Amino acid sequence: MKDFLESVLRGVGTGSVYALLGLGFVIIYKATRVISFAQPAFMLAGAVLTTYLVGPLGFFLGLAAAAVLTGGVALGVERLAVRPMIGRPVFTVAIITLGIDIAVRVVVNAAIGLDVRQVGDPWGLKVWKLPGGVQVEQRHVAMVVTTAVLIAALFLFFRYTRTGLAMRAASYDQEAALAQGVSVGAVFALSWALAGALAAVAGTFAAVGGSVSESLWLIALTALPVIILGGLDSLPGAVIGGLAVGTVQELTATYQGSLPWLGGNISVVTPYVVMFLVLLVRPYGLFGTREVERV
Amino acid sequence: MRNRPLLRTSYKQELALLDTTSKKVAVGILLAAGVALPWLVEDQLLQLIGLACVAAIGAIGLNIVTGYAGQVSLGHAFFLAIGAYTAAAIAGDPDARTTGYGITEILIWLPAAGLVAAVAGVLVAPLATRLRGLYLAIVTLGLVFIGGHVINEWSSLTGGPGIGRQPPAPTLLGYDLNTGDAFLTRDQKLYLLMFVLLVLAALAARNLARSRVGRAFTAIRDRDIAAGVMGVNLARYKTIAFGVSSFYAGCAGALLYVGIGYFDPTSFNLLLSVQYIAMVLIGGAGTISGAVLGAFLITLLPRLIREVPSFLPFISNSPAESPNAYQLETVLYGVLIIVFLIFEPRGLFGIWIRLRNYWKAWPFSY
Repeated sequence: MKDFLESVLRGVGTGSVYALLGLGFVIIYKATRVISFAQPAFMLAGAVLTTYLVGPLGFFLGLAAAAVLTGGVALGVERLAVRPMIGRPVFTVAIITLGIDIAVRVVVNAAIGLDVRQVGDPWGLKVWKLPGGVQVEQRHVAMVVTTAVLIAALFLFFRYTRTGLAMRAASYDQEAALAQGVSVGAVFALSWALAGALAAVAGTFAAVGGSVSESLWLIALTALPVIILGGLDSLPGAVIGGLAVGTVQELTATYQGSLPWLGGNISVVTPYVVMFLVLLVRPYGLFGTREVERV
Repeated sequence: MRNRPLLRTSYKQELALLDTTSKKVAVGILLAAGVALPWLVEDQLLQLIGLACVAAIGAIGLNIVTGYAGQVSLGHAFFLAIGAYTAAAIAGDPDARTTGYGITEILIWLPAAGLVAAVAGVLVAPLATRLRGLYLAIVTLGLVFIGGHVINEWSSLTGGPGIGRQPPAPTLLGYDLNTGDAFLTRDQKLYLLMFVLLVLAALAARNLARSRVGRAFTAIRDRDIAAGVMGVNLARYKTIAFGVSSFYAGCAGALLYVGIGYFDPTSFNLLLSVQYIAMVLIGGAGTISGAVLGAFLITLLPRLIREVPSFLPFISNSPAESPNAYQLETVLYGVLIIVFLIFEPRGLFGIWIRLRNYWKAWPFSY
């Protein structure tokens, strides 16, 4: 029971990082109907920027600055490489983002260099003891709290601000939004920037308690089954999918010892297995909108 | 009248494989050059060109499912892996640590590798009939991850990560291709084998593309609902597309293993899939010659970039310093994909078409 509770708590912690990443993917998808494969690179870039900024600014300011900078980079990338592709097949744009990912990641990896870079967070691997001997790592609590705050902020933004309304309108129908005076180009740019910033925060938290390395981007790829699971165009789906995948992954990691024939690192691929199972039943994910086919 | 290149007087002419004299001449010259190459080029470069031929077979396969049938697949690495390890197991040494049956005859292990991969492709195809667009892309990506896990864990077949196993040893009708003899060196033999196989594969794919099946593929790509209404059986043709594509991938995987000589089980990853997508897109989606061009460019790119440091001294050739040639190679790779898709969506093939049309109308500008 103790093991179970602890792994669920860990799962919710890592799951909230997936949720942040998934939100980024979904925001871009809703605005441009494209899955941005560049998110892993921005996530890595954000984490690396934090490691550089944490010295002069401290962790929280450094994190905020890294998020803003990564958002800026994402904005620039959108303007340079994605905007010229409006109206072209979505798959082409998705492959362009793959190209961006490759190029950006090389630059970021060069910035990591050969040293061990840490994000300098205040939590490390410290734990709190709950009644019943259950231990919860402080970093996981911090992840959940940060994610909850960001989700609340995003909700308020989309619900109550004019820009948020414009973004919702543009995702619903670009032409109608354009006719009402919404600058769809600005919506595209803003969604890339938002997604970049979210990826930076997620990347930093993924590196909390460890160090930033080139393999961090693999965590971002886990967000792909998350968004497919939740439905590509559903923000709540991304959050619920993220938490679910995180929990399942940690539970498998805890109990995989009892199923040795599955192999050592089965928890790494469980997100994909869960995705397959859900897609067999619901082809548009748990909360995704069914595509209406018109002739 | 006969010499007008675009004037057709019968359906036979319209459907002909090589419909103009210039195409016949060009293909003839290319074939002759390909056969003569082993005696013109040093062995090291020949080996690389052989690998490019194999990569082209794989790229043609991906082009069938993605370029012709329009089903985006990021799972090509998975099918390459299936082919590679099927061949390695059939041709492997029975006494070795890893599974092996000792049948080194290439006429057995090559089709077997293709067939096993094709069966896997057919098994995956039901997903393609249920899912569309980017959902399908991500699900095929999931295949790479799950397949990668199986490959890493199944060490009696693959040798395990970091160790690997021996590649399949090729013999053709009892003639050993794996060692040099008085007439030909090993690299020359392997190159000739791969070149001939590429010609066969390209011919088969070209014929498939202009058949009833190929027309069904393009109909599905352009608008699947319209194709379905016209009587194209979507499930059936998507399954055929995945099966044929995986057959090509399986063969290419097996031959790549022979050509490279070593595969770490972890190298069948997303990056390999992206490499093949890049070949198809940079070459030109939906054309056989485009896929071949793209495969040659992507395979020869590292070799070309290795020459760059001698022109640009600030780029180092040692991996410990930065910027170095390896980083340049990876960046160029990403940038090439972006630039081609933005400025020349039809890829290298599109550039060729533009050049051809320019000279056709020369000296007029239209």
